[in-house]
Amino acid sequence: MNLLDGLWGILDLLLVAVLLLLAMAAVLSSDRRRSMMLFIVFGLVLALVWARLHAPDIALAEAAIGAGLGGALLMATLRRDTHQQTDQFPQHPVVLWGAGVLVMVLGTMIAWGLFSVLPTVEQTWRKGAAVDAHLAFSGVSHPVTAVLLNFRAWDTLLELAVLLAAILGIRALGYVRSAYVTEAAFSQLAVWLVPLLILMAGYVLWAGAHSPGGAFQAGALLAGAGILLRLAGYSHAGLPTTRWLVRLGLVAGTGVFLLVGLGLLGWGQGFLHYPVAYAKWWILLIEMLATVSIGMTLTLAFMGGIPQKEAA
Amino acid sequence: MILDALSVLLLVLGLFFFVSGLLGLWRFPDTFARLHALTKADNLGLGLVMTGLLFQVPDVLWAIKFVLVWLLALVASAVNAHLIAVFLHRQQEGHDESA
Repeated sequence: MNLLDGLWGILDLLLVAVLLLLAMAAVLSSDRRRSMMLFIVFGLVLALVWARLHAPDIALAEAAIGAGLGGALLMATLRRDTHQQTDQFPQHPVVLWGAGVLVMVLGTMIAWGLFSVLPTVEQTWRKGAAVDAHLAFSGVSHPVTAVLLNFRAWDTLLELAVLLAAILGIRALGYVRSAYVTEAAFSQLAVWLVPLLILMAGYVLWAGAHSPGGAFQAGALLAGAGILLRLAGYSHAGLPTTRWLVRLGLVAGTGVFLLVGLGLLGWGQGFLHYPVAYAKWWILLIEMLATVSIGMTLTLAFMGGIPQKEAA
Repeated sequence: MILDALSVLLLVLGLFFFVSGLLGLWRFPDTFARLHALTKADNLGLGLVMTGLLFQVPDVLWAIKFVLVWLLALVASAVNAHLIAVFLHRQQEGHDESA
């Protein structure tokens, strides 16, 4: 048993060391393409770290959104950027030293902040106990989902609103450019993977009620399917070609979340205070629509604008 | 006990192939050779690791999941290697590589 603990300890130290090295390499690399690759690997290692910390929900989200979709978005940005390799770093030593000192001061402040938070960790555990005590009234049996969609539903609503605001900004950039030219092998891979990704999204969404998973992870999987279709040459990436359907899909998550909250307020329940008997169904409805919205939002973010009007 | 021993044997064998692939990635002269080393050795290594884990599963569902993960990795790495190789090939032949 002690030997096993020791091995896990070595593995943890290795993970932390690799994480720090990858972070430094990603920031310090002067080649943007290389930085981006390192950032993706950094995200995958970070997902492993979250898994080691017994936080599988965050590990899933980090792997799917941080590494996968973040990487895809960075790659799409790099493809658009015509002046690659322009050296825009300030070369003047005064600027460099100033930046270095600033970063060190900020780093010290963050470390100090984290250190001062440490004594309150016990209180956080007590909050965890409170979540467990009220889990039976939340409508789901997975504590993370109970917090996200019930006890702290307000936070999740605002997160969805942030995504909505982001996609409104991206749509303001205008129409997207031509689809990618692709290889036959890749189109065939997309044909295989897209149905599988949709199936997995449905499973992850449903699993969120009792085990790690939920709307954000499921939405990320849907967006992965959309990005695959886009890369395989489908100019609409599987999104509806009717304009109002796209708009409805983008707004659905935030909109229905808000409507349910306001409806319950009108019912005399308080904002997003689900009645215990129906909590499960309200959460399921909101999560389903949120999944659709998140998937569409992230796919459109990858495309970088409004799809062309003409049919594919 | 025999099952455990089999698992350990297959896991070690799988790790050997992963390390070989890594060495190939590190030491081989050009991208084509590196791709070859990486995909061949990694697919076999992953297959061996998966087979080793198969002896530890609590029920059949787990086993099916493991095999599916391996198949997905096989398909993905084959297509990835193909895409990278085609891109490089075109670039070396002097075709337009901006696509």
